[in-house]
Amino acid sequence: MSILVLADLHEGQLAGATAHVVAAAKEMGGDIDVLVVGEGVQAAAEAAAKLDGVSKVRVADNAVYAHQLAEPMGALLVELAGDYTHVLASASTTGKNVLPRLAALKDVSQLSDIIAVESADTFKRPIYAGNAIATVKSDDALKVITVRTTGFDAVGEGNNAPVEAVDTVVENSQSRFVKEELATSDRPELGGAKVVISGGRGMGNGENFKLLDGIADKLDAAIGASRAAVDAGFVPNDMQVGQTGKIVAPDLYIAVGISGAIQHLAGMKDSKVIVAINKDDEAPIFQVADYGLVGDLFEILPELESKL
Amino acid sequence: MKVLVAVKRVIDYNVKIRVKADHSDVDLTNVKMAMNPFCEIAVEEAVRLKEKGVATEVIAVSVGPKAAQEQLRTALALGADRAIHIETNERVESLAVAKLLAKVVDEEQPSLVILGKQAIDTDNNQTGQMLAALTGLPQGTFASEVAVDGDSVNVTREIDGGLQTIALTLPAIVTTDLRLNEPRYAKLPDIMKAKKKPLDVKTPADYGIEVASKVSLLKVESPPERKGGVKVASVDELVDKLKNEAKVL
Repeated sequence: MSILVLADLHEGQLAGATAHVVAAAKEMGGDIDVLVVGEGVQAAAEAAAKLDGVSKVRVADNAVYAHQLAEPMGALLVELAGDYTHVLASASTTGKNVLPRLAALKDVSQLSDIIAVESADTFKRPIYAGNAIATVKSDDALKVITVRTTGFDAVGEGNNAPVEAVDTVVENSQSRFVKEELATSDRPELGGAKVVISGGRGMGNGENFKLLDGIADKLDAAIGASRAAVDAGFVPNDMQVGQTGKIVAPDLYIAVGISGAIQHLAGMKDSKVIVAINKDDEAPIFQVADYGLVGDLFEILPELESKL
Repeated sequence: MKVLVAVKRVIDYNVKIRVKADHSDVDLTNVKMAMNPFCEIAVEEAVRLKEKGVATEVIAVSVGPKAAQEQLRTALALGADRAIHIETNERVESLAVAKLLAKVVDEEQPSLVILGKQAIDTDNNQTGQMLAALTGLPQGTFASEVAVDGDSVNVTREIDGGLQTIALTLPAIVTTDLRLNEPRYAKLPDIMKAKKKPLDVKTPADYGIEVASKVSLLKVESPPERKGGVKVASVDELVDKLKNEAKVL
């Protein structure tokens, strides 16, 4: 058994998700190598070498891998996969973009978004927007898996695994990076935050999302949104929590002006404590909320901010 | 240019699903089915390309039971020109669907293939990427904007940190994200006309594809229920509960 974990990068640095994927790999057993792919990613490789449980870090640092385009990354993974029984990545947009290419090129299925490891070949994963949990067994020679990071606690740091270069360079004439518009935020990353406060259609407009800022500052919380708020143009789409957005499981999730559609619940119902603030006391969100407060969010939010 | 769109018949997204008592699967008997929402967006995008004069023909394809023809008829009513149904009653995993679609791509030689980013039943998010790999074509996944420009296409993708734009040489595979467009509704006259549009029925065997998978479904369970919470009367009580009862502040 040998496992290759594709590292997650955020602006060239190692992202927190990688430590969660290594944790999932540890439950499967076997040697764990981490692969860092990109351009100018030596620092990320050094950071990955510190993660507990990692045997070796392999780093493919080349201009062809800049922005982690699917075509060159898929080709690289196919080259390397022969050394492994499992290839894992987080269920981030990069993992989801690249891993199915590897699976198809190796003629194996892929298991998406696993939340638990039963054994080296049997896993649990949510289906139907998290309304059912499937236990699936793969008899493929190579297991290609994406991991839901909220299902596994991150491994610690204290390791000093060797870092070796991967010299494979693949040609790519099919896809080209044009531009990126990344949302800048000083707040914690939505996927890894301990506290998340999200606004929905009830916020009324984008300007009103500022009402969440003060509370987020006091709680060191990330700010999220429902699809309704994103579709209405209140906030950018990378803030969306739900089946088609980010999946979060913080210690505290505060849903403000969010009715609680199935698709939104899919993204947050594994939070430890859920608070709902909504003026409609029939809103479905109250069925999953540990604490519900019925009332006008425009009165409640400033009061909450002042009392924290 | 020719555009191929893949559509899937799935449970209607508003339906609250039930797990079968024997835990073998989700119970789909007498449940309302519909076109997967992401596939609706794919069809809409293809039809818009046709309306702009970029696409000359739109072909809809679906893999699944006979009833999936309803979703193909919907695609035809929305503006697709013809449909291909690959009929099978087996559980078909993404890889097998991708292999079947690769055969259709080979036969039809479309310049663009548009799929939804994921089906809301299996939540896999794999088929488009697998199709791209099998056909050797570039992929633009999670698209929120698609702009065809001569022999290339610019795809703006929804990524974790924001938006990324890439340029792909045609032919290419694109998968749709929610914000790509707002799908239209089928009008009654178009629904009537769609009944006369061509719909070819094939089987996986016609394409020489084995749909069996090495992944087996052992069990399906309901997720752990959250126990009902309490409603608090005031902000003070809420803050108190969070501090002293839940201990999350």
